[in-house]
Amino acid sequence: MNFWNDPLKVAADWLEGIFAGWGMDAVLAHVLVAFLGVFLLIIILMVLDIFLVWVERKVVARFQDRLGPNRVGPFGLIQPFADIIKLMIKEDTTPGGADKVVYNLAPILSMASVLILWAVVPLAPVMLGVDLNVGVLFLIAAGAIGTLSIIMAGWSSNNKFATIGGFRQVAVMVSFEIPMLAMLMIPVIFSGSMNMNTIIESQNVWYFLISPLGALIFLIAAIAELGRAPFDLAEGESELVAGFNIEYSGMKFGMFFAGELLHAFTFGGFWAILFFGGYRFFGLEQVSPFLAVLILVIKAMVGYWVIMWVRYTVMRIRIDQMLAFNWKFLTPLAFVLVLVTALADALLASAPTWLYVSGMFLANVLTGWAALEIARSATHKEREQLEGAKQPAEVSH
Amino acid sequence: MTGEQIIFLITAGYTLGSGLMVVTTRNLVHAALWLVATLFGVAVTYALLNANFIAVVQIVVYIGAIAILFIFAVMLTRKDLRDNTPQMNKNWWVGALLAVLTFAGFAFLLQGWSGFSKTAAAIPSEFDAVGALGEALVSPNAYVLPFEVASVLLLAALVGAVYLAFNKK
Repeated sequence: MNFWNDPLKVAADWLEGIFAGWGMDAVLAHVLVAFLGVFLLIIILMVLDIFLVWVERKVVARFQDRLGPNRVGPFGLIQPFADIIKLMIKEDTTPGGADKVVYNLAPILSMASVLILWAVVPLAPVMLGVDLNVGVLFLIAAGAIGTLSIIMAGWSSNNKFATIGGFRQVAVMVSFEIPMLAMLMIPVIFSGSMNMNTIIESQNVWYFLISPLGALIFLIAAIAELGRAPFDLAEGESELVAGFNIEYSGMKFGMFFAGELLHAFTFGGFWAILFFGGYRFFGLEQVSPFLAVLILVIKAMVGYWVIMWVRYTVMRIRIDQMLAFNWKFLTPLAFVLVLVTALADALLASAPTWLYVSGMFLANVLTGWAALEIARSATHKEREQLEGAKQPAEVSH
Repeated sequence: MTGEQIIFLITAGYTLGSGLMVVTTRNLVHAALWLVATLFGVAVTYALLNANFIAVVQIVVYIGAIAILFIFAVMLTRKDLRDNTPQMNKNWWVGALLAVLTFAGFAFLLQGWSGFSKTAAAIPSEFDAVGALGEALVSPNAYVLPFEVASVLLLAALVGAVYLAFNKK
């Protein structure tokens, strides 16, 4: 076992050896090394987060035909550090009548709900925080804490815009949790496990090819969970000024902002893990764990880019449209897709791989097509009822 | 004392403390947030018992759904979130007596139990707890009937909620 095959274990053993050499208790040394590992992961994520600010600003600039930050450092790379200095030296305000403890706790919980997700992310076959047998559900549980942080921020600010923004965001998150939970069942059906590492290991064929509709619904639910356009009603600048984080200034606002960026990148990563084979890429992950981490980061970046692409292309929808879309279309479709997938999986259980993949693909396409047809006829009927009088006149000429 | 015992004692103290805060704090939203803290403590206790699935489901269901709905309902229905009425009514001593009697009864029943001094058998590393739970829920020899009854009950509640909210034209 050398460093290049299993770097984390070798480094941990080496450190534990040093601590034991100082006469430290073996259990205590183990706990201390685990803490150091968590600390290291969080530092890497926060540094990555600083870099993500630059990535997001550069990409949005490209989508909007601008240059983006280009003054501080080469390609504007130092810009995020200038932003951080600005956020740090801003006055830290607390609105009058705010609930101080809850108000200050909300940004911390918001950031923590994102960081905690990385506990179950397998970066490489041998590099992962916890090998949790319910990793998929852990995703939803962390989302629940994120929801809580937003409702806390909205309520404790003692501001009507913040409260409305908080309510809206919670309505979005609670609604879209259901299709997301249903779509998490699809990799579970294919792999027979809720463990993230097992899900990746069993993806000899990317689950995106077996269940493209599932991947699409998961992406939509993830974007809604992130509160990004077209589901960014919580921040609707034109109606709510800034939404739930309106009263926050300086680094407290920075925590919400950085948390959102890292959350988007994390969901890009989960999209890659659940539907695009995670760290696997034509056997390259076997060469070195470092290569596997690189593959996962690149895939997560591509997922993040797709999320940004949607955000800067689609416009914001109204809350009634959002709720109707979720409850009347996405949730029933998600449940039907889970039923179809489970049924097709049972029927094709003994089929060869090519038949299994093409059968599943076909089942997905048919489900999606049927859902769109039903939605089309329903909207047609609704439109006819609304414009009933006008319809004959158009036909006659 | 082992590390696990220390963690358990801290968790138990934290859970009880926040549980006490739920019933004593005067601000209703604070009470709901303390309830969230209590439910977290219960989830940690499940995790200490190696029941990962139950621990995560505890957070998803109780914090993600029920506590959020509590907070929602409190915020939307109450104009003044502060309660100025006395926190005890004149029957407080009956409640206290019942609590003491229940505790004494449990203590009496459990004092002869041999399980306190035993350590739990180690779980084999290959044991699939989630799979075993899933199979138990749908196996006719185990819990399929209670599971189905609970499902029907939830479905009835769902239909009832839809009926109440349905706008008859």
